[in-house]
Amino acid sequence: MTELTSLTLAQARDALRRKEFSACELADAHLAAVEQARALNAFVLETPDRARAMARAAEARLAKGEGGPLEGLPLGIKDLFCTKGVRTTACSHILENFVPTYESTVTANLWRDGAVLLGKLNNDEFAMGSSTETSYFGPAVSPWRRRGTDAKLVPGGSSGGSAAAVAANLCVGATGTDTGGSIRQPAAFCGIVGVKPTYGRCSRWGIVAFASSLDQAGPFARTVHDCAILLRSMAGHDPRDTTCADLPVPDYEKAVGASVKGMRIGIPREYRIPGMASEIETLWQRGAQWLKDGGAETIDISLPATKYALPAYYIVAPAEASSNLARYDGVRYGLRVPGRDITEMYERTRAAGFGKEVRRRIMIGTYVLSAGYYDAYYLRAQKVRTLIKRDFEQSFAQGIDAILTPTTPSAAFAVGEKGRVDPIEMYLNDIFTVTVNMAGLPGISVPSGLDANGLPLGLQLIGRPFEEETLFALGAVIEQAAGRFTPKRWW
Amino acid sequence: MSVDAETVRRVAHLARIAVADEEIEHLQGELNAILAFVEQLAEVDVEGVEPMTSVTPMAMKMRKDKVTDGGIADAIMTNAPAREDHFFLVPKVVE
Repeated sequence: MTELTSLTLAQARDALRRKEFSACELADAHLAAVEQARALNAFVLETPDRARAMARAAEARLAKGEGGPLEGLPLGIKDLFCTKGVRTTACSHILENFVPTYESTVTANLWRDGAVLLGKLNNDEFAMGSSTETSYFGPAVSPWRRRGTDAKLVPGGSSGGSAAAVAANLCVGATGTDTGGSIRQPAAFCGIVGVKPTYGRCSRWGIVAFASSLDQAGPFARTVHDCAILLRSMAGHDPRDTTCADLPVPDYEKAVGASVKGMRIGIPREYRIPGMASEIETLWQRGAQWLKDGGAETIDISLPATKYALPAYYIVAPAEASSNLARYDGVRYGLRVPGRDITEMYERTRAAGFGKEVRRRIMIGTYVLSAGYYDAYYLRAQKVRTLIKRDFEQSFAQGIDAILTPTTPSAAFAVGEKGRVDPIEMYLNDIFTVTVNMAGLPGISVPSGLDANGLPLGLQLIGRPFEEETLFALGAVIEQAAGRFTPKRWW
Repeated sequence: MSVDAETVRRVAHLARIAVADEEIEHLQGELNAILAFVEQLAEVDVEGVEPMTSVTPMAMKMRKDKVTDGGIADAIMTNAPAREDHFFLVPKVVE
């Protein structure tokens, strides 16, 4: 049944409606693919029984002509989204046995529209990482390999399991979350499309919190069109998240294939960083040319605060994380390690329950928020954040519709290759994506080419707040010109 | 700014994370590497710049001050590592 798993989400949806195959057949084909791909460690929990039950229910609704927009489509869910009755761990030891009694709003929206849950996907612990190597369940592995070697590559992170699963045809789409690049960077590394919507576009309710002012959920799929379909279902107002925008959700699908004629695309000079691979530069220029060929105009712009986005992020995000993760205390849920008194219990629980990277970030966050350091670090970083956002606002005010940049400064690296000695080395992966979170803007990564080793590279488009439609229109132009990229199966 | 071993111990305690003596030196190095990296923010002129409090302009939403949820004590207790009826059990905190 390999042919069923190679369909795009839109193709599978249309074929189900035409009754070319059943939702149960589609689910079974994907469940088999998941089982055969355990070498990728993309799933941390497979839910075949639930998938089959959901597919049967979808089948019944399709037969009655009552199918929803995603009826019968098998998806993977990042293990950061709470799923009722299905273990949700954030890939942390501290939540290893946590079974939520409630459903996140985003996943509830997906099930409302008929989607089928295949299982929970691997990620960096609490979404803190850029390679999925900090997962308590071990690293996820990219379905891609460098030409001529079988060295394991990272799928990116933090939503690495999601990107690997979609790229390897284990599911038609997946959810991710993006705090500093955690959707767009793995999408680029795995040769698929990933969307980080505007802050507030999707509800954060029921998603394990990392940095609340930066976190945003979004879709992964193999085409721009598929991401547009998924985002329409995921997005929408939710009274349980006060930062969730009370705005109607457009039919994003209609934007795919729309003309980009006359659109003004900013090319920010600050994204041309020293030491960037020449093939990234070439790819970027090619992307700009494709948009020009589609009728858009490219304009050189300046976003002077860009270089300060990553350092400011490494104050703001750990600060918020240290506060959010204070809830893991061994009392109400999660792991407990006994101690002589309550303080020792807290300290032992958190030392044993959190991995190295999470402990490090909590400590940085605690330090920058501590008495005497708050103004020098946190307050200054929040002021810098204002400057980063102002740069974008000024460009948009000058008539720029979207900004084109590379998604990452390099292609995927090998498991164990980065960040062992110096944590900053890993952090630099997010240098082009983190600005977008700091400014709350929407961004999309579209696969645009292969590097000299045959690994995928992505281009990022950044849009005005709540103008995801522009990104889908422009993304489709790049996709059309670049074609699609599929890894050769080895697993 | 950089942290000394004593500060690492103090921060770990504030964060309620037990740190063994042999981990201190390594942690200190890592924290100082990150602090050195963020140090470049000191060169930015932020005179007169308002700190960001909300990334998208939004008015604080208000709702009626009434109970909208509840009566789910069983659900709340199900994941507790130690419980008795509807109480979370913790080590003795009052002498």
